[in-house]
Amino acid sequence: MAHQRLLLRQYIILGLVAICAPLGDSCLSRGMTSLPAISLAHPTTLIAAVFTPWIVIGIVLLIGFFASYLTALSWADLTYVLPATAFGNVIVALLARCWLHEPISLQRWAGIVLITVGVGFVAQGPSLTERPAIEGSRMERLTPEEPSLANAAKPAVQIAEEQAQ
Amino acid sequence: MTIPAIAAQPGVWAATAMIAAIVLCSTAGEVLTAAAMKSIGDLDEIRAHSGLKGAIRAVVTCPLFFAGVSFLALAFFSLLFALNHLNLSLVAPASASLTLVTNAIAAKLFLKENVDRRRWTAAVLVCIGVYFLAH
Repeated sequence: MAHQRLLLRQYIILGLVAICAPLGDSCLSRGMTSLPAISLAHPTTLIAAVFTPWIVIGIVLLIGFFASYLTALSWADLTYVLPATAFGNVIVALLARCWLHEPISLQRWAGIVLITVGVGFVAQGPSLTERPAIEGSRMERLTPEEPSLANAAKPAVQIAEEQAQ
Repeated sequence: MTIPAIAAQPGVWAATAMIAAIVLCSTAGEVLTAAAMKSIGDLDEIRAHSGLKGAIRAVVTCPLFFAGVSFLALAFFSLLFALNHLNLSLVAPASASLTLVTNAIAAKLFLKENVDRRRWTAAVLVCIGVYFLAH
């Protein structure tokens, strides 16, 4: 059931992974810097900060990132998904250049090019490592007899399909 | 509350240890989370069969997932600790780029992922790119 070729919805998930994390961080940064200095002597102000609009948007975006990230990890390798997260930095840099007219130094352009080429390399390859046929249920695989992470890293849906047959 | 003045920048070994702690915790967290999600299976398919609640239940009942999240939390607090002693311009690019390489190594060793030449090249390119972009 290895998805060698990603579907459109899976590319959308990877896009969300790439864009939600840096945008969420940016919103948190914007929200926190717009607030007056928060002292540890008054921790309630920190709780109040959570309900300010920029912080709320940032939290929602970061929840969206984590959900998309977990979804992507359920059908793609870690080494396939991680470059997508790094590509988010490129998107944010380009957005800052186009919308905020922030200057981008030559070093940053070099970084953008390297990340883009790196992501391109990964995207052309398979998204998931082929694994041999699986025997036993998920619970059996997670027992101490087979404790390795490689054994745990096998999809339960595939097992359910085998059991149905 | 007064903000204490930073007495002095820590030495090279202390800085290395702080960044290493972030990288190791982050790598352990990512690998455990990835293993958890692979053991659960395709979340899209689970959601199609059991709905969103079923997908959430599948995730939150997986012990590996909580182990991964715990290490990610440790990585976050290690980052906060490091930022308290070191400059952001050093910690952020160093930890972000090194984590990409250690993740590739850990994915090959523990998750048995097929990290071929293409993925190694990509990991190194993205690692240098992140450093350039964040530094």
